[in-house]
Amino acid sequence: MSASPRAVLSVFLIMLGLGPLLLPEFYVTLLNYIGLYAIVTLGLVLLTGVGGLTSFGQAAFVGLGAYTTATLTTASELPGWLAPFGHSPWLALVAGLMVTAAVAVLLGALTLRLSGHYLPLGTIAWGISLYFLFGNIEFIGGHTGITGIPPLQIAGIEVKSGREFYYLIWPMLLALIWATQNLLDSRSGRAIRALKGGTLMAEAMGVDTARLKMAIFLIAALFACVSGWLYAHLQRFVNPTPFGLGIGIEYLFMAVIGGAGSVWGAVVGAGVITILKQWLQDLLPKLLGSSGNFEVIFFGLLMVLMLQRARDGLWPMLARLMPVVRDNGMARPEGLPLPKKAMAQSGESLLVVKAARKEFGGLVANNNMDLTVRAGEVLALIGPNGAGKSTLFNLISGVTPMTSGEIRFLGERIDGLNSRTIARRGMSRTFQHVRLLPAMSVLENVAIGAHMRGSHGVISAALRLERAEEGCLLAEAARQIERVGLGTQMFEPAGSLALGQQRILEIARALSADPCLLLLDEPAAGLRYLEKQALADLLRRLRGEGMGILLVEHDMDFVMGLADRVVVMEFGEKIAEGLPDEVQRDPAVLEAYLGGVE
Amino acid sequence: MKIISSLIALASIATVNLAHADINVGVIVSATGPAASLGIPEKNTFALMPTTIAGQKINYIILDDASDTTKAVTNAKKLIGEDKVDAILGSTITPNSLAMIDVVADAETPMISMAASSRIIEPMDAKRRWVFKTPQNDSQMAIAITEHMSNSGVKTAAFIGFSDAYGEGWWNEFSKIVEARHIKIVANERYNRSDTSVTGQVLKIISAHPDAVLIAGSGTPAALPQVALKERGYKGTVYQTHGIANNDFLRVGGKDVEGTWLPAGPVLVASQLPDSNPLKKSALAYVNKYEAAYGAGSVSTFGAHAWDAGLLLANAIPVALKKAKPGSKEFRAALRDALETTKELAGAHGVFNMSANDHLGFDQRARVMVKIEGGKWKLAK
Amino acid sequence: MDLQIALLLGQDGITNGAIYALLSLALVLVFAVTRVIFIPQGEYVALGALTLASFQAGKTPGTLWLLLGAGLAVALIDVAGSLRSGSRRRIPGVMLWNLGYPAAAAVVVLLARPVEWLLPAQVLLSLALVVPLGPMVYRLAFQPVAEASVLVLLIVAVAVHLALVGLGLLFFGAEGSRTTAFGDASFQLGSITVTSQTLWVLGSSLFLIVALYLFFGRTIYGKALRATAINRTGARLMGISTVLAGKLSFLLAALIGAFSGILIAPITTIYYDTGFLIGLKGFVGAIVGGLVSYPIAAAGALMVGLLEAYSSFWASAFKEVIVFTLIIPVLVWRSLTTHHVEEDE
Repeated sequence: MSASPRAVLSVFLIMLGLGPLLLPEFYVTLLNYIGLYAIVTLGLVLLTGVGGLTSFGQAAFVGLGAYTTATLTTASELPGWLAPFGHSPWLALVAGLMVTAAVAVLLGALTLRLSGHYLPLGTIAWGISLYFLFGNIEFIGGHTGITGIPPLQIAGIEVKSGREFYYLIWPMLLALIWATQNLLDSRSGRAIRALKGGTLMAEAMGVDTARLKMAIFLIAALFACVSGWLYAHLQRFVNPTPFGLGIGIEYLFMAVIGGAGSVWGAVVGAGVITILKQWLQDLLPKLLGSSGNFEVIFFGLLMVLMLQRARDGLWPMLARLMPVVRDNGMARPEGLPLPKKAMAQSGESLLVVKAARKEFGGLVANNNMDLTVRAGEVLALIGPNGAGKSTLFNLISGVTPMTSGEIRFLGERIDGLNSRTIARRGMSRTFQHVRLLPAMSVLENVAIGAHMRGSHGVISAALRLERAEEGCLLAEAARQIERVGLGTQMFEPAGSLALGQQRILEIARALSADPCLLLLDEPAAGLRYLEKQALADLLRRLRGEGMGILLVEHDMDFVMGLADRVVVMEFGEKIAEGLPDEVQRDPAVLEAYLGGVE
Repeated sequence: MKIISSLIALASIATVNLAHADINVGVIVSATGPAASLGIPEKNTFALMPTTIAGQKINYIILDDASDTTKAVTNAKKLIGEDKVDAILGSTITPNSLAMIDVVADAETPMISMAASSRIIEPMDAKRRWVFKTPQNDSQMAIAITEHMSNSGVKTAAFIGFSDAYGEGWWNEFSKIVEARHIKIVANERYNRSDTSVTGQVLKIISAHPDAVLIAGSGTPAALPQVALKERGYKGTVYQTHGIANNDFLRVGGKDVEGTWLPAGPVLVASQLPDSNPLKKSALAYVNKYEAAYGAGSVSTFGAHAWDAGLLLANAIPVALKKAKPGSKEFRAALRDALETTKELAGAHGVFNMSANDHLGFDQRARVMVKIEGGKWKLAK
Repeated sequence: MDLQIALLLGQDGITNGAIYALLSLALVLVFAVTRVIFIPQGEYVALGALTLASFQAGKTPGTLWLLLGAGLAVALIDVAGSLRSGSRRRIPGVMLWNLGYPAAAAVVVLLARPVEWLLPAQVLLSLALVVPLGPMVYRLAFQPVAEASVLVLLIVAVAVHLALVGLGLLFFGAEGSRTTAFGDASFQLGSITVTSQTLWVLGSSLFLIVALYLFFGRTIYGKALRATAINRTGARLMGISTVLAGKLSFLLAALIGAFSGILIAPITTIYYDTGFLIGLKGFVGAIVGGLVSYPIAAAGALMVGLLEAYSSFWASAFKEVIVFTLIIPVLVWRSLTTHHVEEDE
């Protein structure tokens, strides 16, 4: 027996819809809490699971949502400027979202700049700070808390019982899941997924990673705030305990156990943890008596075992068990062609590097480097390992700042600009060590290259308002994939390709950006003979279209058969430049490669 | 006494009327988490409670809320929805009890809290109709301390308390009452239960030269500031709250807590009470029962709050049974009414005289001043 | 605040900071070798201190049962694994360390009446019970997921933390304990009094830091650990067992944790859940050191201790708010000044 994903989802939704009518009250209560937790965890899936930014502090944002509404709806008198928000939970939600957004932007501005492990600690730090602030401000009830929060009202009807609340929480959760899923399946979503693999590649594809990090941080915070608002009106009491570091860690727990890579992992994680705790509470006293407290011990041990069995979380396991036929509707995407930049006139100088110098500490990696790439030519940069070729690549593409010198692209100075801005001007590159997202399909990987040719942002993606543009982007990606000869593998995970093919994929990705200058770092490495031939043909075609190509390559046959001109580097300096056969005869070059000729 | 004799009488006719449903009593204690030192003796106490009252079998369903409000509310909903309890006893701490009020009021189930703050039962309103409590109000204990302070000529006092609901509750009461007695507060400090050092707070207190210091903490963590005060040579009087009243405090505090004054429920010094005290018998009954089960010296006053909650219930159940059958809405209402009309019931901590406006019902008899002398609790004469 | 108060606060901050520093060293070590952010580090502090307190109170510490249980679990798993892979020669060693050793410890604890022993002997026995739990926990919880992502390892660490805190409550109850001081003497240093316990804390911390430095610089095991920390695959290719390196780092972490607990148990009260916050502050130090640098980690931990001491004097209610808010700018500064290696060259 198997069914389409749509059918499985429908059955699930019908079960969710009917559940409260059939289940006893307490199970509805549990489902409500699961829903609340899942909303927060969903934000963490986006932030941590997909975006790779670990946050321990989400509980504090839940607290902001809960405290804002609790304070506004219970205060007997509010200062004038707050008065419009008083006594209406719905306006308090708006206020809560505003407060949370403001705090998140502030905290994000401070902590999202933190690299590596500084970020999680940063989230711990403000998580703890906010928790103790909640407890120490008398105005919001201090450690003891705020009682008497009014129930919600929808069209004059009080939402009070667990069942009524259920029909508020779960539709909200499902709507947020839908929006998050949409977001992930979009231009911005691909860029978010690219964050996890490091920002270098994403920036090189024109993605504003800092802005994107802030966006997902904000989304996760706002989700948490919504959950807190619901919590306050469900519980009708608020105190600091549910917003401490411990609970913040628990949300992360839920995301990882459920499967942090998928939106449904949030629901699974929140559900499994809530139900498991309940189950242990019922079961253990029967097994072990009520003399000790074994729940947390068994909970910890079970979690360890569970992670040992399923380190990617439970959702991927569940998804495999489900009687679902994999969606075969992977048709080649269709869409109108995207507008292209006008190509430069053949022979016009695209890139001019003058006296480029780069020092790392005392070490001079590049010194006095000059080179020029013209439209419609292939310039090969060769030299022994450690000659400084890749450093020069990084200087040109704006990854590392130059110590001194000048780089012009299309006649304008680009040294000092970041790689994102340079990419937007029409320079696109591949990497010596392949940088792609192994779990994503070839098509999606290549579509990242087309990122800067779209303009729709996070919100229109979440609401699915950018489908026309999305179609165009994917169609463009598909065209480039076919152009480089990977058409048959378009829907396979990029990680399943051979290394050589992954390099070709990177070229397709670079081409999707509609560049006029292509920087290729060892594109032929790992390719078989026929594949090299095909690559050379492709590069010739591109050259014929007027594209400039700067190529670093070790395969001399490949270089000499393809390049129009060759620049040779050794010890960070240029030792020769000229036509391929001139360079091959140059004594300095022979010396560098062969250790000298007598 | 009254309850015990009625118990014996009822036990003798305990040819259980099986037609009746059992009485289900839900118990929520903070047996893990920060309040575990209070919750564990409470939990232990329920094992000593009568299992039949008025011929009815009583099922105690004990759940741990891990000192977390969400868990407390979930537990309350579970007890009401799944176990159809007739009453809820709990929770251990103030925020959890406050959070449960809405739940029990909606379900019209009487609840007896074992937490200290008077906010749980005041101001009396439609929801708090359903809520009772057994521990002395913070204010009652704070009055005892301030009274003792002004009688001993204390002019300036410093306060150091937990930075949680307990410390906050005490600060609110103490700072209010102390003004009326013309005692000046010269320092107000907070510390965390699990802090390893309170040197900063203690130095600040000492540099303010107070005549007396009040430490508002519970269990062994309350010893830390006092030990630090001694270490830094503080010579004034140290007051503690009834939150410290277990023998672990004496063990950890050792000679550094000699001479401490604290207000406490009579149960702490039950054997030293004069025979004329109506509480001596009921308090000793609990102490003996607890120590028989868990060893000499194991008793604490926290468990006694749970015991008192059980007594209140045991006293009210026979009355309620006359009106309705367990498991029904009417029974819960009758139980509530019976609790509210509790009169002259001697528990371990005091004599309960409830009324529609007073859901604690303690008077002066519910507290004594105790001094720590020779590593023992000494009743002040 | 006068000078004397400032000095006293400084002394307090340095004493606490020294303990945080020790823990931060352990955290850096564990992370560098195994990539585990070892949240349960603090639990060893509590277990060590409370085990010693149990001995002094004449009770049998619950950690003995934990040692026996964990040893049995490791033995079962390893013996089953050896039988499956046919490497039967390993079995006697596994049995000796995981069954024989705990059994011997049990005999000593139950029959030799440690309550009458001298303090150093009690300390050694406490360490003998708690420290082997380090490698055992590594074997049971982390070794099967050694190659997983840092996030998964972190979550496993949180789960282990939960289980250990639960066990601590079960074994030692909710109330805290203190142990007897290493000595009664105290010294006058200018206008302030320094107790010998404070000197013990500082001296031992310094000693341990130097010992670790020598261990990593001079011994073959230390070098192997460093090699693993720098390059796991490379170390494995060089014949250094990553399993052994993992166990060794956990052994050291448990030793540092338990010994820290024993050092501070006479000057403060230790509870079953004390460890988490102490560990967290050590963690702050470790992160400030970028999880790689031992000296910066120790300096960071000292900074936390001092911040804490002074803020508890100025605004005790907001102590944690102040400490953790002030950490953020330090993190930003560290983050900007540390060359972050994302490049592959």
